[in-house]
Amino acid sequence: MSTHPTIVKVAGPLVVAKGMKDAKMYEVVRVSKENLIGEVVELHGDRASIQVYEETSGIGPGEPIKCTGETLSVELAPGLLMSFYDGIQRPLELIEQEAKSPYITRGINVPGLDRTRRWEFKAVAKPGDTMEEGDILGTVQETTLIEHKIMVPPGVRGTVKTIVSGSFVIEDIIAVLDTPQGKKEITMLQRWPIRIPRPCKKKLIPTEPLVTGTRILDTLFPVARGGAGAIPGPFGAGKTVTQQSLAKFCDAKVIVYIGCGERGNEMTDVLKEFPELEDPNSGEPLMKRTVLIANTSNMPVAAREASVYTGITIAEYYRDMGYDVALMADSTSRWAEAMREMSGRLEEMPGEEGYPAYLGSRTAGFYERAGSVQCLGDDQRKGSLTVIGAVSPPGGDFSEPVTQNTLRVTKVFWALDAKLAYKRHFPSINWLQSYSLYADNLGSYYSKEIASDFSQNRNRAMGILQEESKLEEIVRLVGTDALSPKEQLTLETAKMIREDFLFQNAFDRVDAYTSLRKQYRILRAILTFMDAAKPVIEQEDFEFSKLQQMPVKEEISKAHFIAEKEVEEKFDALEEKIRKQAATLRIQKMGTMRSSDDREFSSVSA
Amino acid sequence: MSTAYKTVTDIAGPLLMVDGVEGVTYDELCEVELVSGRKILGKVLESREGVAVVQLFESAQGAATEGTKVRFLARAFQIGVSEDILGRVFSGSGRPIDGGPDIVPEKRLDINGVPINPFTREYPDDFIQTGISTIDVLNTLVRGQKLPIFSGAGLPHNQLAAMIARQARVLNREEVESGKAAEGNEGAKESGEKFAVVFAAMGVTFEEAQYFQQEFERTGALARAVLFVNTADNPVVERIATPRLALTTAEYLAFEKGYHVTVILTDMTNYCEALREVSAARKEVPGRRGYPGYLYTDLATIYERAGRIRGKEGSITQIPILTMPEDDVTHPIPDLTGYITEGQIRLDRGLHQKGIFPPVIPMGSLSRLKGKAQGEGKTRADHSGLDAQLTAAYARGSEVRELAVILGESSLNEVDKTYLKFADRFEKEFITQGEQENRSIFLSLAIGWDLLTELPKEELKRVKPQHIEQYLKKQS
Repeated sequence: MSTHPTIVKVAGPLVVAKGMKDAKMYEVVRVSKENLIGEVVELHGDRASIQVYEETSGIGPGEPIKCTGETLSVELAPGLLMSFYDGIQRPLELIEQEAKSPYITRGINVPGLDRTRRWEFKAVAKPGDTMEEGDILGTVQETTLIEHKIMVPPGVRGTVKTIVSGSFVIEDIIAVLDTPQGKKEITMLQRWPIRIPRPCKKKLIPTEPLVTGTRILDTLFPVARGGAGAIPGPFGAGKTVTQQSLAKFCDAKVIVYIGCGERGNEMTDVLKEFPELEDPNSGEPLMKRTVLIANTSNMPVAAREASVYTGITIAEYYRDMGYDVALMADSTSRWAEAMREMSGRLEEMPGEEGYPAYLGSRTAGFYERAGSVQCLGDDQRKGSLTVIGAVSPPGGDFSEPVTQNTLRVTKVFWALDAKLAYKRHFPSINWLQSYSLYADNLGSYYSKEIASDFSQNRNRAMGILQEESKLEEIVRLVGTDALSPKEQLTLETAKMIREDFLFQNAFDRVDAYTSLRKQYRILRAILTFMDAAKPVIEQEDFEFSKLQQMPVKEEISKAHFIAEKEVEEKFDALEEKIRKQAATLRIQKMGTMRSSDDREFSSVSA
Repeated sequence: MSTAYKTVTDIAGPLLMVDGVEGVTYDELCEVELVSGRKILGKVLESREGVAVVQLFESAQGAATEGTKVRFLARAFQIGVSEDILGRVFSGSGRPIDGGPDIVPEKRLDINGVPINPFTREYPDDFIQTGISTIDVLNTLVRGQKLPIFSGAGLPHNQLAAMIARQARVLNREEVESGKAAEGNEGAKESGEKFAVVFAAMGVTFEEAQYFQQEFERTGALARAVLFVNTADNPVVERIATPRLALTTAEYLAFEKGYHVTVILTDMTNYCEALREVSAARKEVPGRRGYPGYLYTDLATIYERAGRIRGKEGSITQIPILTMPEDDVTHPIPDLTGYITEGQIRLDRGLHQKGIFPPVIPMGSLSRLKGKAQGEGKTRADHSGLDAQLTAAYARGSEVRELAVILGESSLNEVDKTYLKFADRFEKEFITQGEQENRSIFLSLAIGWDLLTELPKEELKRVKPQHIEQYLKKQS
């Protein structure tokens, strides 16, 4: 009998097995005596190609394969927050305990969620209630920040037969539903296959911004709650710092951070820092709203491919509870490369640069899982999932396939620029190349919530920066002297926008986070300066350096250190000062004019 | 005794196909005995039912399909290690070549290593003083970091790497608190910590390999060094094993014996080329410029073997050297390296041609871990601000210099002229230093502050006002 599934070929993370007639696509299998985790990715008759999520060294033909009958899924229940997982939802802490070594050894089988921890379940539904999919049965206070909602799983509807509040482990039955198909027992623990998006009632157009506290992002290139954005940039331009400061300061309720094929030390840093850092909105440790997924570059490549799906499924689950969720994936290029590697081993026909032909559709499929939605369930609750993907284009060349495929489906593009990073201008986001297609969608939010002229100021600032780049070309050819005073003022204002507004130190406690209102006031102060300076420089023979030496300019440059509490009064005072000092320049100017006129007059009369 | 197969069917480049095999596993080590009696090592790249594809670690010259015997050893490539390994020189495949006896192994380790669980890592934050201003102040090296040198053909990367290996040390608490560091390597000797250098040469010339060996001998570092040498005339495919041997040794010394290990890998470009050769022989679908699609993953399995582990005494600091073809940083090798390593030290041909040593260019050089190794308790409170200010000012100065070439210096405004002067002095006084000059961090910082006196005070936006007050000398 040769029906037992056995290995016939091993080449790196790809294993081919025969006797696999009953296997299904994307079914999870256990490979060899070592019990390595794998997933079926191709079927030919009774042969199956399996991508293995662990190192295959020492595995050979003839060894057994066990089919599990399940597709690759994540476990969903209280306990996800504050977890630190590998690409296939194994807690790294448990791996350490199980492996009894600082290394990730093979064949470790640990559950994604703690089976023994007890949670206080509070029933919301009552016996006799009619429930549909997505309706909330009860709640669990998962961390001080997040109330976890236990929902009726998708595809289930019926009447509540029994439901009990109390202290339970996640596998206990907390409710029984009478459904048309019979009795359905419901536990807090639910599973969902990672490659299938979780359903929602309907998708909505995003209309609110995700506030990140980073000035260039919020003011110039905002991303909407439920939007999708890309951060491409060469190495050293600050992708990871930007992603991390988004994870720290953005005002989403739940953060899922995926370190996909990145550096081990970086993940250790996140792990060490997040429990210490405070959420600027609640004052609680950031870790309490965060799920971390790390598949570092030296961990098996196939699990890297799975890690982004593991992350987004967890994120969707919290979205379904009605939360605003933000997901950061750093970096999606590594995910695409993992696909390329597996595709190469499967001997598929390559598309552009060796990437598989389905790169575009997979990328689109991933980013489309972002969105602002009306959740399943009767209570009209809304949730959103914002996805920010870092892209690492080879050589910083944005024309490569991963960047291009990503740009096709994301509406926000934050182009990182190595030249800015060299000048230590951070965040080194290029203001000429970047764009946000949400700026118009969000316009009414800004004018209602922040200030009526918010968008107007934003457009003006963008215009000044555009103008600056044109003028700089002229300066490069003929020098500053050839410019008119008005043009010089534009350059001066642009410099202030760059250095005093866009430049932001992610490592400074005060500077790292700026509220929308304060962002508005800083920018307005700079524009006030420009307006006040205009009549001054239009005076004849005005020495431009006098404007540059105005003492108030130094105050503007320190304005981003003004405490959030004092924003209104301090900025009012600052604007007043700007106008006053500009006015004195005018009077002085007129004064000197008069005296020189006098002299001329007297010399003539002499 | 395992069976010897005489069923070699194909030989192509470094690859060998063996038919009719049984029980062969992926990545298994095998010994190939040629008709002449010469034995070479190989590893299994692919194991199918009845067929194994073997990659040889040495040239297949003289191999015939008839008469060649292949023995599978039922284990992966291993290296025998013990503390006696210090002071020894090995070939690129791990055989002693210094005339000494074989190592009596305390244990045998798989050279492929196992990924470190990110949860068990300790975040590296100990400042390493290399005595080189451009590294210490601007691109601070941290214990447990992987910081490559991006160089080009003909640039003095070997001297720089030797300098780092020779001078690198950690400041003790008194030095940090007093703001005075002991001269030279005095401080290191007192600390009671154990140091080792592991050096792997891949496809470098005999002279380059000798340069390092002699440097280690001259400074007495050889006794605590382990060398793996694969020179340009040694087998190309052997190079694939060389860095792994070195790192396995380093891991043993660091995490089992408590050494602080500095690993120098040179030249990674040759390593990648060897990888490309094997990939081409296997007829794999190539990625960019003919390099295999898994180059990133493969490099990561080398570079990620650096760092610190919670609860372990030792550390591995990696300094890989790579020469960028045509000085092109977008070439796949430096590009992928930069995405994995924690920054890079970039050498610049322009500076080198001006006679500046070491030609480390601040623009394009970066240490990602420096944030936590700079500042109070590590070096000095003003460090990170000064770093940002110097780098930004030098970048501006270089821009101004370009402008001056087009428009003439006279057309520059006053502020720009100060930047130009700053940039000139920065190159002459800050970047430039002697090959034997070991500057303490505090001296390097003082030079930096002295240079800032060239600039108008309003321009100093990156340093904190209280530091300006404290460290900036008043202009006369």
